[in-house]
Amino acid sequence: MDTNTASASLTAKDFKSDVKPVWCPGCGDFGVLSSMTKVLAELGLRPENVAVISGIGCSSRIPAYLNCYGFHGVHGRALPLAIGLKVSRPDLTVVVTGGDGDGFSIGGNHFLHACRRNVDLTYIVMDNQVYGMTKGQASPTTEANWAKGKLTPGGPGINPFYPLVIALASGANYIARCSSGDPNGTAKVLAEAIAHPGFSFVQILSPCVTFRPEQREWKKVMRPSPVEPTDDPARAARRLMSDDGLNTGPLYIGSRKPYQPELKASVTDLADLEREFAV
Amino acid sequence: MSAPESAGSGSKLIATVEDLLAHAREMEAEAAERYDDLADQMEVHNNHEVARLFRKLAAIEAKHIAAVEALGDGLELPELKPWEYAWKNESPEAPEVDEVHYLMTPYHVISIALEHEKQAVDFFDGVVANSTDSRLRETAEHLAEEERGHVRLLEEWLARFPEPDAGWDEDPDPPYMHE
Repeated sequence: MDTNTASASLTAKDFKSDVKPVWCPGCGDFGVLSSMTKVLAELGLRPENVAVISGIGCSSRIPAYLNCYGFHGVHGRALPLAIGLKVSRPDLTVVVTGGDGDGFSIGGNHFLHACRRNVDLTYIVMDNQVYGMTKGQASPTTEANWAKGKLTPGGPGINPFYPLVIALASGANYIARCSSGDPNGTAKVLAEAIAHPGFSFVQILSPCVTFRPEQREWKKVMRPSPVEPTDDPARAARRLMSDDGLNTGPLYIGSRKPYQPELKASVTDLADLEREFAV
Repeated sequence: MSAPESAGSGSKLIATVEDLLAHAREMEAEAAERYDDLADQMEVHNNHEVARLFRKLAAIEAKHIAAVEALGDGLELPELKPWEYAWKNESPEAPEVDEVHYLMTPYHVISIALEHEKQAVDFFDGVVANSTDSRLRETAEHLAEEERGHVRLLEEWLARFPEPDAGWDEDPDPPYMHE
């Protein structure tokens, strides 16, 4: 990581790592990767001041493809890891990335409480409504009648999880939806989300072209929301009641104070820290 | 693979030669970067013939960046944020991420590139049609003519490759890369 050009402005390319993505060609996550490199450059951030934390799944591979600090963590546990990092290093820009299975099923409880706790970080969920890495099972956001999953003949038969509704009800301080088919528009929303204090949640609909090829149609039907975002949770909730899941842009921009505990004296010697964990 | 929507609709926003050249530079830069990304994807999936072709297109687009910068020599071009571009979504010249398949052939690559060069022509033609500034119109006409040259070249290239048979993307044993 080059830290010697502190005064030079970086480009999106500077935030790409040398690791070539192994995603299927056509995957929406490529569009999200493009948005992320663009926004990190546009915000004037330095790679050494950014940490991207993920769980497990296709989309959770994204830290490896970025030139900044990253942690490819345990399935569903990216949020607690990121919260720990942010409260101990509030100077860092912390971004959490993952998919709908990782975030809403395996890590579902962490999602609720991360919204409640309102630590100043940004959570990006690349939602393709399927478990792609394990070859196409229904996920929490899959429609009840999606009949192509081999484990759920006839469809999962249960209501999907509504991420924006849950985020709003649980206290997230910035809530938005984007399309991976519009990387530049998504970059704008991510810039707002990262800059906004508190817990920002951005759902990005990102097609799985292998197991949900019909999702290629998303880019034709998703459109900017016709209404401006609100700071009134009740108004945001009413909008979600008539939302078809295809409106993009920020929905809710709150003003809750982020959670940040007072830091104790920092550890200067690693050996001191190790002694605290001695058994 | 379907062509994206026409990307020329935003060209009314361009009011000066500086605006136009800043957009032209970003148009080529986004295309060069995307072609490089697509080459990487095809290398990962062992489609080396297509990877080489994408890489070649990336190199050509990179040369176009230099050509646009030369046109703007002495001018102060504005720095645009990605969401400030006059076009809808991405650069008219950049293929979208979902336009590719790991079994695609050179025919598909050239077809995609041709489609996007045509969109670039439409974009610059849109600037010409929506401007009364003679200097701006002249520069946009020049850029449109450059893009028309690329269209002609790609049409010649496309004629060298036969259209693949239906079912070219069928794979009874598809790769699975992740674990």
